[in-house]
Amino acid sequence: MGAAFRWLMPHPFLTLILAVVWVLLQNNVTAGMVVFGIILGILIPWITSAWWPDTPKGFRLGKMLSYSVIVIWDIVVANIQVAWIVLTVPNSKLKPAWIVVPLKLKQPEAITVLAGTITLTPGTVSADLSDEGHSLLVHVLHTDDPDGVRDEIKDRYERRLLEIFV
Amino acid sequence: MMLETLAIYAAATSLLIGSGFVLVGVIGLLKFNDPMTRLHAPTKVGTVGIGMLLLASMFSAYADGDASIHEALIMAFLFVTAPVSANFIAKVNIHKRDCDTPPSPPRDDTWSTLRTPEEDQS
Repeated sequence: MGAAFRWLMPHPFLTLILAVVWVLLQNNVTAGMVVFGIILGILIPWITSAWWPDTPKGFRLGKMLSYSVIVIWDIVVANIQVAWIVLTVPNSKLKPAWIVVPLKLKQPEAITVLAGTITLTPGTVSADLSDEGHSLLVHVLHTDDPDGVRDEIKDRYERRLLEIFV
Repeated sequence: MMLETLAIYAAATSLLIGSGFVLVGVIGLLKFNDPMTRLHAPTKVGTVGIGMLLLASMFSAYADGDASIHEALIMAFLFVTAPVSANFIAKVNIHKRDCDTPPSPPRDDTWSTLRTPEEDQS
């Protein structure tokens, strides 16, 4: 049973996401649309499985949901802070800085989520990854304390991502 | 009836907040004079600005009597793709040396954008 399930759905989360996206695209929830979405969700990962050699082994959905709520809240707060900086701080007093975030995360998926989170929260943009993937280069718009920003990224986002991707 | 009226007011408020953030983003884009700091303005427009405008569209559709959930999908796609384009613009800036040179990474040789393949070094 388990083997059949894994053969049918090599990426269960991808199947789920594709089905939900299909239903949302149709913009009406009917049984027929849900069934067709599930069919697409099984067919597409199966056809494209050659391009997905490694799947992340452990993934905790519950922790990911609470992480999303924290990130959305941070986006709103940081937006207001950056809007204030844009409107009040003159160019000559702006203190942009590069910060280097040493990474404990190993999986490419986890690093992608961390880099995306850093870019989505305004005031920080993730710019580059070091050639062997051990540190992330982040640009900060305005800060007096670059080390504090780095510690906040590590403590607030990376620590949680380490628990999500195990 | 009451809820529809509330939804219209909610849509108007979301429109105002959203366009306010888009305006601030545009001001930032025009005001900053360095390519890297300028990059920070669009990330703000792309999140709360567009998000509030889409929320207004959802409220307005509800007030008209046909609820719509398309907008949630637009938000999801935007949140997935916006960091990728920002990352590419940042990489181009670093590659063209348009900004201050970033400090070198502690454990590895260099940043992947600045790395030259061995066959090109001679």
